[in-house]
Amino acid sequence: MAGPEFEVPKLTEYTDVPKIKEGAMAHVKSFPAAKASQEFLGYPWELTEDWQERAINKMGDLLGKYRSLRVFMDACVHCGACTDKCHYFLGTADPKNMPVARQELMRKVYRRYFTLPGKIVPWLVGAEDLTKETLADWYSYYHQCSECRRCSVYCPYGIDTAEITMAGREILNTVGMGQKYSSEILTKVQKIGNNLGLPGPALEDTLLGLEEDIELDTGVPVKIPLDVKGAEILLITPSADFFSEPHVESLIGYAKVFHAAGASWTLSTHASEAGNFGLFNGNYEVMKKVAMRIRDAALELGVKRIIVGECGHAWRVAYSFWNTLTGIGYGGNDPFSIELQSQLDSRYPQPMHICEYTWDLIEKGTLKFDKSLNDDRIITFHDSCNVARGSRMGNEPGGQFTIPRNIIRAVANNFHDMAPETIGEATFCCGGGGGVLTDDLIEVRVKGALPRMNAFNNVVQNNGVNFLGLICAICKAQFTKVIPYYGFDRSMVGGVHQLVSTAIKLD
Amino acid sequence: MTTLTLFYIGLYYFAAIVLIAGVAYRITEYSRTPAPLKIPTTPAPITNSGVALRMAREVVLFESLFKSNKWIWVFGWMFHIGLALVLLRHVRYFQEPMWFVVEFVQPYGKYASFAMVAGLLGLWARRFLVDRVRYISTPSDHLMLALLVGIGASGMMTTFVSHTDIVALKAFALGLVTFDWHPVPTDGPMLVHLTLVAILMIIFPVSKLLHAPGIFFSPTRNQADNPRETRLIAPWAAAAERK
Repeated sequence: MAGPEFEVPKLTEYTDVPKIKEGAMAHVKSFPAAKASQEFLGYPWELTEDWQERAINKMGDLLGKYRSLRVFMDACVHCGACTDKCHYFLGTADPKNMPVARQELMRKVYRRYFTLPGKIVPWLVGAEDLTKETLADWYSYYHQCSECRRCSVYCPYGIDTAEITMAGREILNTVGMGQKYSSEILTKVQKIGNNLGLPGPALEDTLLGLEEDIELDTGVPVKIPLDVKGAEILLITPSADFFSEPHVESLIGYAKVFHAAGASWTLSTHASEAGNFGLFNGNYEVMKKVAMRIRDAALELGVKRIIVGECGHAWRVAYSFWNTLTGIGYGGNDPFSIELQSQLDSRYPQPMHICEYTWDLIEKGTLKFDKSLNDDRIITFHDSCNVARGSRMGNEPGGQFTIPRNIIRAVANNFHDMAPETIGEATFCCGGGGGVLTDDLIEVRVKGALPRMNAFNNVVQNNGVNFLGLICAICKAQFTKVIPYYGFDRSMVGGVHQLVSTAIKLD
Repeated sequence: MTTLTLFYIGLYYFAAIVLIAGVAYRITEYSRTPAPLKIPTTPAPITNSGVALRMAREVVLFESLFKSNKWIWVFGWMFHIGLALVLLRHVRYFQEPMWFVVEFVQPYGKYASFAMVAGLLGLWARRFLVDRVRYISTPSDHLMLALLVGIGASGMMTTFVSHTDIVALKAFALGLVTFDWHPVPTDGPMLVHLTLVAILMIIFPVSKLLHAPGIFFSPTRNQADNPRETRLIAPWAAAAERK
């Protein structure tokens, strides 16, 4: 296997908190973004001459715009509650991967330039000038954070390292230190319509091929419509669903659910991406631009409902931010929001997660299943971080945990949860979220997956689990790649709607 | 009026102004900085009353810390509850007659100081014994603990070891509030106690003690989980939208 050599951590029954190893991951450098994509996004592509001034100005700008950053810079007391909560620390032992230390990389600069004691007695309060070495540290360690928010659950003040990582990356971009992976994806989604850069005609071909496959397999002409004006439902799904394995199996699952429900639905070429890497980089404008494609498609196609496919961060952006960014939701009283709200069907939440949609149909008795078709599978479910800690499903807090599990239990007979301290709000990230899902960070990804792999291994050993059910495109891609490092077969990884697809009865 | 008394009167007016103005400035700053996006750590309450309850559990019981680490929770909670009782007990030096609660809390407040100092020592021990916490501790973290332990220990001295002239102290403290000044008690522990408390008041608005007002402004804890039903938009984002 190509890439840097490193030692894959050993699986253990519990994930032990390691003794710190300073500098253990200091060598990690994600590939830098090149001119073309940075220019498109409006950032410099090499370190600017006035980097220090630009960085400090940007930090000041962000401190004025984001209460989260403002409060989080001041509130930390170094209590240490977060120090053993990050999967990257647990997997690497590098102390700069402890949430507080990751925050401190920025806080020491904040103190120096924005606080009185930091200006007068920097040595006393741990304040430091912004140097090129600090920027290099930022670049390394702000790309070893998947913005999964696990630390924010355990912080007594709710300090969310994700907010600081996002600000750090935005400042890095501002001085010309962008990351290739995210930069290129944000360019592709804005130029072509999806993160994979799949153009309209290719998408159309792919979907036609899938329709043929489904009909061959089931004998039922299940359709996957594209750009249908006047359809009731617009499905926004991660572009990986169109041809990556196992993602595509879930897309087939959604199509079968829509078919069985007799729904009128469509995909859109213009908005053929649910993912929004703008979230990862802390740039509101870019995140808004990417999200606006969905609003535009919804208005253009005249749909009444917007449903989002299996993707963790996409669901966070959709559920938590779309209303703010694009007016997809309710409660707006400005012309911009009203234009869209008056078109949407107010009997349903907007946007809606595909799991909410499917579970609703199951509860109504619309969908019928032959659960025995999933009997070769013993299933566990991995709560995706952004769904677990950054969003909700259903009407009650915690619906994001119960609804996917309810679906699995409705379509399959064998289900075992992993250890309680590794699921629900305490879930461990897959290790590939937040803009880390790139081969140049494979060491970070493999090591960061350790806590999840330990918990998974336990249910594999004790309960014979052979299927890791997911509702996130990044989790699916990450585990498919990383699970073999730990001795598991990649066919164990799949989507919740893949299970639905297997058991659903069509006519 | 001795020079010493004048010095302490001046010190306390200065400290009080810095504390009140400084914290007011911080709170204004926090409240004027918008939270442009809905970022409650979920599962989160879906109503505002639910949010108030979550915040109350966080502030009174340290709910998140309890989930996180039982040692830090035990020491931290002991310290804070001890401090709260001790502070409430101290209200008696600033009023005549006393409120009922203040009177009621007197014996508890006295012994709460032990919990307070024990909690602090536990937290301090972690800064040496746990390698992760040692790594993140700065000189100011140690100094802050030294300051608080110093305040606790000197205060306990005045009660349990060498009784200070408490009537004189009350006259001094009440005098500060009513601008009818009286001499400061001159025994060593009391002067140390008064000095350290004034230092704490002065550094409050520029130190990590800002976690106290900060938590109320923490968006991950003070936002309701209702983004599909209500549209949040920051003024700066709305301005950009109108362009």
